[in-house]
Amino acid sequence: MKSGSNLEKVLKAGHFAFTGELGPPRGTDAEEVRKKAAFLKGNVDSVNITDNQTAMVRMASWAASLLIMQEGLEPNYQMVCRDRNRLAMQADILGAYALGIRNMLCLSGDHQQFGDHPSAKGVFDIDSMQLIYMVKKMRDESKFLGGGDIEEPPQMFIGAAANPFAEPFEWRVHRLAKKINAGVDFIQTQCIYNMDKFREWIKRANDMGLTEKVYILAGVTPMKSIGMAKYMKAKVPGMDVPDEIIKRLQGAEKGKVAAEGIKIACEQIEEFKELQGVAGVHLMAIEWEHKVPEIAELAKVLPRPVME
Amino acid sequence: MIVAQRKPFDEIMDMLKGYKKVLNVGCGTCVAVCLAGGEKEVTVLNTELDMARKLKDDPIEIDGITIERQCDREYLAELDAKVDAYEAVVSMACGVGVQFLAERFPQIPVFPMVDTSGLAANQAVGWYEERCRSCNQCVLGMTGGICPVTMCAKGLYNGPCGGTNQGSCEINMDQPCAWYMIYERLERQGRLDNILELHKPVEWLDQTPRTLIQPGYKKIDPEDMV
Repeated sequence: MKSGSNLEKVLKAGHFAFTGELGPPRGTDAEEVRKKAAFLKGNVDSVNITDNQTAMVRMASWAASLLIMQEGLEPNYQMVCRDRNRLAMQADILGAYALGIRNMLCLSGDHQQFGDHPSAKGVFDIDSMQLIYMVKKMRDESKFLGGGDIEEPPQMFIGAAANPFAEPFEWRVHRLAKKINAGVDFIQTQCIYNMDKFREWIKRANDMGLTEKVYILAGVTPMKSIGMAKYMKAKVPGMDVPDEIIKRLQGAEKGKVAAEGIKIACEQIEEFKELQGVAGVHLMAIEWEHKVPEIAELAKVLPRPVME
Repeated sequence: MIVAQRKPFDEIMDMLKGYKKVLNVGCGTCVAVCLAGGEKEVTVLNTELDMARKLKDDPIEIDGITIERQCDREYLAELDAKVDAYEAVVSMACGVGVQFLAERFPQIPVFPMVDTSGLAANQAVGWYEERCRSCNQCVLGMTGGICPVTMCAKGLYNGPCGGTNQGSCEINMDQPCAWYMIYERLERQGRLDNILELHKPVEWLDQTPRTLIQPGYKKIDPEDMV
């Protein structure tokens, strides 16, 4: 065991993992975090807590992580490279571990131009790949990036993202391999809609032996509406939404588009359970946390395993 | 070369409020080439200032002189006999020139008339694109001649990030993704192995004022210089 986190135990035991996501509020309302957490409790193995997602200021990721821990959930603490340098990052990692956080997701972060402080100075002292390397060095060598010794090093389960769709497609598996070499333990992918392309990506990852070295959780986001699907297709960089998905939503009866979106997601999850190289699903039900119990039920991923 | 653009006129007017006798010093090198601060631009600015101040009933006496390079003592020397006749000096050089001028004449207020934007290439007359951030540790050999520090909006050494968008950067479809271009070029050259390995965290060398002394030379006291 690298970290002893629940997520690590679930994956190591060979269970099909199911993780969720929670976006902290743009304010100080702890109750809002607790409310969202209540929908996730018992339905997922770990909950990603986003870090100033889309470059909008929100409650600190570590703080919201602590709030959900108080509710009995396990956080997957997200950290982006946009907002802090290597000193601040390492300090936060020490603090997070000291307070009980055991999983981390290492991300570059959306460019600050997208958010509510577009003229902020982006830090990017290190990038997501180097962040993985740094957390691993802290954990496995008990060393800070600068070389100094760490007393009681943080034993984090190290995660990262992967986008199986972005061009150049040929590069995607090599980038995954690079993250594995940097020290990543698990991957959560970008939201998957183009199943053909995802199958090809995972096949290549299998062929290169990568899926034996890292746990891959397939990213799923159910479409709430036709508008959302069109927006994601046209406006969200790196997102690949085939026309068939939009057509299927358009074909749904009036008032049943969201249900169709959930149905598509559940069909995907069923396939992922059987797909070689996929170790679980990461469900990103954006501002749709209250639907997670229903989705988990329909996707037949309940009950979640209880680990010792 | 170094490129710059003239500051907004209102900002210039504001800086010169209260000064009645001013010398405008142009620079004949980079800022002259990029049409921001050479002899012609000195004349244009002086004419504009003259008219604007007259309209305000607050005339200004403004003279112009353009020297070869403001970042070089040899050329600054020709100003020594002139500046004391003025209440202030304004400079149309890059930030380096402005500082060197202010350093030479510490008794006189010196104001910048341009904003320095970077190290750029000349795409066409009047059109310049940044290509270098002077990081002090060039990786262009590894990246196929495309700078990730300058051309990637996040300055990533292990790109592309998840925001790469069909060859464009997530910030703007008109901005090519540097790492997409790096991949394409290295692939064409059969050199992808250059970027297969992790590029470890960078030890930034541009965090303190840098002094560079070429081999065979040494630092000498400016007082000893002619």
